[in-house]
Amino acid sequence: MSEQVRILPRCGWGEAKWRLLGNRLTALALLLILLIALLALLGPLVSPWGYDTLDWQHLAGPPSLTARHWFGTDRLGRDLFVRTLDGVRLSLAISLIASIMSLLIGVTFGAIAGLAGGRLDGWMMRCVDVLYSLPYLFIVIILTTLFSRGSLAALLVALAAVGWLTTARIVRALTLALRRREFIEAARATGLSGPAILLRHVVPNLLGPVAVYATLIVPQMILFETFLSFLGLGVQEPHASLGSLIYGGAQEMESAPWMLLVPALFLVVLLLCLNLIGDGLRDAFDPRER
Amino acid sequence: MLNLALRRIGGILLTLLVIISVSFAIIRLAPGGPFDQEQALSAPVRANLERAYGLDRPLGVQYVRYLGALAHGDFGPSLRQPDFSVSELIAQGLPLSATLGLAAILVAALSGICAGLAAALWRSRGADLSLAALTALCIALPSFVIGPLLALVFGVKLHWLPVAGWQDHSARYLVLPVVTLALPVAAYLARLTRASLLEVLGAPFVRSARARGLGAARVLWRHALPPALLPVVSYLGPAVAFIITGSLVVESVFGLPGTGRYLVQGAIDRDYPLVMGMVIVYGALTLLFNLCADLVCGWLDPRTRHE
Amino acid sequence: MACVTPLTPASAEASPLLRLSGLTVSFDTRAGRTLAAQEVALSVARGECLGVVGESGAGKSQLFLAVLGLLAANGHAHGSARFGDTELLTLSPAALDRVRGRGIGMVFQEPMTSLSPHLTIGQQLTETLVRHLKLSGRAARLRALELMQRVQLSDAALRLSQYPHQLSGGMRQRAMIGLALAGEPQLLIADEPTTALDVTIQAQILSLLAELKRERAMALILITHDLAAVAAVADRLVVMRAGRVIESGRVAEVLKSPRDPYTRALIAGTLTLEGAAPVPAARPPNAGAAARPGACALTLEGVNVQFQVGHGWLAPRTALTAVHDVSLELPAGGSLGIVGESGCGKSTLARAALALLRTSSGRVVWMGQPLDGLPAHELRALRRDRQIIFQDPLGSLDPRMTVRQLIAEPLLVHERALSGADRDRAVAAALAGVALGEELANHYPHQLSGGQCQRVGIARAMILRPQLLVCDEPLSALDLPTQAQILTLIAELRSSSRLSLLFISHNLALVRRLCERVLVLYLGRMMELAPAALLYDSPRHPYSRELLAAIPSLDPAIASGRLGQVRAGEPPSPLSPPSGCVYRTRCPYAAAVCAERVPVFEEVQPGHRVACHRWRELP
Repeated sequence: MSEQVRILPRCGWGEAKWRLLGNRLTALALLLILLIALLALLGPLVSPWGYDTLDWQHLAGPPSLTARHWFGTDRLGRDLFVRTLDGVRLSLAISLIASIMSLLIGVTFGAIAGLAGGRLDGWMMRCVDVLYSLPYLFIVIILTTLFSRGSLAALLVALAAVGWLTTARIVRALTLALRRREFIEAARATGLSGPAILLRHVVPNLLGPVAVYATLIVPQMILFETFLSFLGLGVQEPHASLGSLIYGGAQEMESAPWMLLVPALFLVVLLLCLNLIGDGLRDAFDPRER
Repeated sequence: MLNLALRRIGGILLTLLVIISVSFAIIRLAPGGPFDQEQALSAPVRANLERAYGLDRPLGVQYVRYLGALAHGDFGPSLRQPDFSVSELIAQGLPLSATLGLAAILVAALSGICAGLAAALWRSRGADLSLAALTALCIALPSFVIGPLLALVFGVKLHWLPVAGWQDHSARYLVLPVVTLALPVAAYLARLTRASLLEVLGAPFVRSARARGLGAARVLWRHALPPALLPVVSYLGPAVAFIITGSLVVESVFGLPGTGRYLVQGAIDRDYPLVMGMVIVYGALTLLFNLCADLVCGWLDPRTRHE
Repeated sequence: MACVTPLTPASAEASPLLRLSGLTVSFDTRAGRTLAAQEVALSVARGECLGVVGESGAGKSQLFLAVLGLLAANGHAHGSARFGDTELLTLSPAALDRVRGRGIGMVFQEPMTSLSPHLTIGQQLTETLVRHLKLSGRAARLRALELMQRVQLSDAALRLSQYPHQLSGGMRQRAMIGLALAGEPQLLIADEPTTALDVTIQAQILSLLAELKRERAMALILITHDLAAVAAVADRLVVMRAGRVIESGRVAEVLKSPRDPYTRALIAGTLTLEGAAPVPAARPPNAGAAARPGACALTLEGVNVQFQVGHGWLAPRTALTAVHDVSLELPAGGSLGIVGESGCGKSTLARAALALLRTSSGRVVWMGQPLDGLPAHELRALRRDRQIIFQDPLGSLDPRMTVRQLIAEPLLVHERALSGADRDRAVAAALAGVALGEELANHYPHQLSGGQCQRVGIARAMILRPQLLVCDEPLSALDLPTQAQILTLIAELRSSSRLSLLFISHNLALVRRLCERVLVLYLGRMMELAPAALLYDSPRHPYSRELLAAIPSLDPAIASGRLGQVRAGEPPSPLSPPSGCVYRTRCPYAAAVCAERVPVFEEVQPGHRVACHRWRELP
């Protein structure tokens, strides 16, 4: 349910940077993300517990300072502070890798289709259309069913396989719009060769919108990954993903609500901040009245 | 218009064929096949079984038989629940899932579109901000977060609604699941409707209609709403797809015995025929709804109707 | 300083139908309150046409939107707007609805988007008729048909059942006029009714408006930036600038002796035939010139350009002939204008001449060397001598590059050996050559005005000192004063170097000022080719005459006389051109032979050719 990136932003990078930072909401979101990332990296070092250490004295215990279980424990006595932060790290890492993979595939595919035009473009886009109309979640489920459960490679492939389609479509639309722009024709009239036009004119104009789209694809990937982990198809025990933590928390909701609330809070904040940053970037490149 | 319909139907049939072929390939070729059980079977017994199930024929023949079986609604036997065939399992769970999905889309459409219309027509800074914040929240939150949270608040803390389950088939058990499913879609529809109507209200042809003295109410109803609702209708196709996938989670969270739960369980248990059968059914439904939405949109927009 | 003729009772004989006094329109924006119009006073009486002239953004449209109560939510209007005896600004919404459409009708400037796309023309018409005239369904449909016929909409009965997207721009505008007239208003406000339409269609619409005004004794307010339209149709005019009225009076007087300098600038910016000085002949070749005297820089022989249109898996592809059998010669240092309306293939032809497009057949020869068959890198090398400037000043510049990078790019391709310092010097010289300050070198295109962008484009084209400059409608996206400046710049460049010029435009008055010879194109086919003087004085082809008749004139007598010669008819679709002579569907002299055979492009005099079966018989 992401919204399309507007075609061809109007400002240069310099102006965009200022406008981005000036937008208070976006700046706040950036700050929050940095804080969370910092916490995820350094937090587990501070805590005395490991991610799968069992504390028999505090089974499903509430958050307490004395026991140094700042977020409480789960049913098996594992510290939720460390596990949640581990989950954040894992979710972020997986999503980032999957986003990069799907971006690379999608951008290449879309750019080739848009630039080649004609029949090659037609066939490539027909492939995308057919794949697009397949219910993607089921592709993912099929893939994870085929590979062994918990295989990180399978998860990454599944996520990237879903993400590249939208990227390809958007990049192709951008490339097509670019091709029709007169400055490309002007470059040809100046005597630039095809590859030179690509490097000097097409790629720099694509970077902006692709960057914006990239920031919006990361939260999507986080959503997919946590969704799969929630269903039990993604990250497996004993590792923790925000999705599996939320699943566990939902089971114990009536007696130990913090098991649900803490990972849910982290997930919500992550998603909101990333979406805000994406929106802010898009507005920075192409300011419009709200 | 006919051209458009034929092209789309052709595309869908092709896609369905791809899904079916992929599912066939997976069932026959994936590891963990039907007879690779814990105990190894002796060769003659194995050969007998294979002949009985038609697994000794060449792949091409098997494919055609599979297609034929599908045409009769026969998805094959379930591997992990050998007493049931896949079609029986689907038939068991489908009514509940269908009710859930239908209720969700209706609730989402009605509430989302009305909210969007109200927000566009009665604009105020406060309303705009709060709507934007609320919808952003609902869209960003995944259903597996919303569901448990709602259950926590309304079920555990307030005791208004049951937390999970499907006892005595009463509708109370469906309230929270439907709301969970509908919330993100309603939020997105509200934003979409508001933006679309605002854009149309600022369009030259609406101003033109006002300048002819047609009165605000008539201009809104006859001139502004139909084009404004076009993108909304076109979103209903993907919305149904979203609800279908969301139902997997919701049935899991709320313990509803629908087809979604079978699918997830089947994936975990590697019950290939079940998974593939489900995928085909779900896939066909998604494609069908997308097609309907596209066709309705195409028919509503005179530009496609009279190419 | 306003030069306003005071409104004595004598100058508005009957009491005015609409009188604005002290009308101020403002908007609340993020930057505070901005004024769109300030203290505007004007009036119009029955049977009279008032022209409201000014550049875009002068507040003209907002003024009348305020009168009708159609301002956006953040707009406010103060002052007085009296329609007859009613004060419009204080009316209740219900009462305003009764005035709109019934007392005052308005035609908007975007015919493409001013009709509801999901209702047929007939539905929109009958709706208004039923509302204002309280007609029954059947009576309303009859009246709708009458209206559409009155606005000269071809196939009126068919159009009523069609949707707006099925009509062309001119037809939609007529439908809009019909819609505005449905309520039988006493005052019709036409907001830029002719922008975005072809020159000949513009003339048709203006003529229609003039007739309607006479027939119905309506008051007509014509809002436009086109002084010539005002000269043709209006009785009095009001000039606005930055929201204020700066001059007003009777049309003939104001146009003949304008008092305000801005009005004078507007008049000077409107290019008419009367003001055009003939183009000086090409400079004679220097003694040491490498080219032989009279040698042709560019030759096109029988050039055809076809496109395949049609999409999808099942739809068949049809061939669209954009350019059909065009041959022309451009001598070194000469200038050729290519004129025609939109869709006549002039831009396609320009690109084929530069080998930016592949021709389906025919030859393009540059300096004696045929261009097809050349390997790609040689073709690219030859580009340094042949350059082009485009119609969209902003669009032809890469938004991510600075002005300096844009202008230096040709050097990077063709003069790689230059050092950085030399390049910078060349860029500075190029900027000076187009009168742009050096401080603009580090700006981005979106920070420049339209005129400045076009200058950058010219600097980029000229930096390698090409021998041929193709100009593809370079002025149509600029406002009038800027047009005049860029025109002067191009003329100067041409005279200071032996530049061959291929100038493409739909504006005949413009072409007159720049080109020695003119080629008239219609639907991709050559209609007439002649030296400019001959073409403008004694055109042979009926289409050339139609184009000339549509040239604006600021003399009201000539302008309204030209309106009387306007012909009906829309251009045919290039996908299915008429048989024989493609112009015959609009030609008043069409005979049977015109449908049977394609006319030969034959010689009238040396250097003057025409493609018409009947040119000898015509007056």
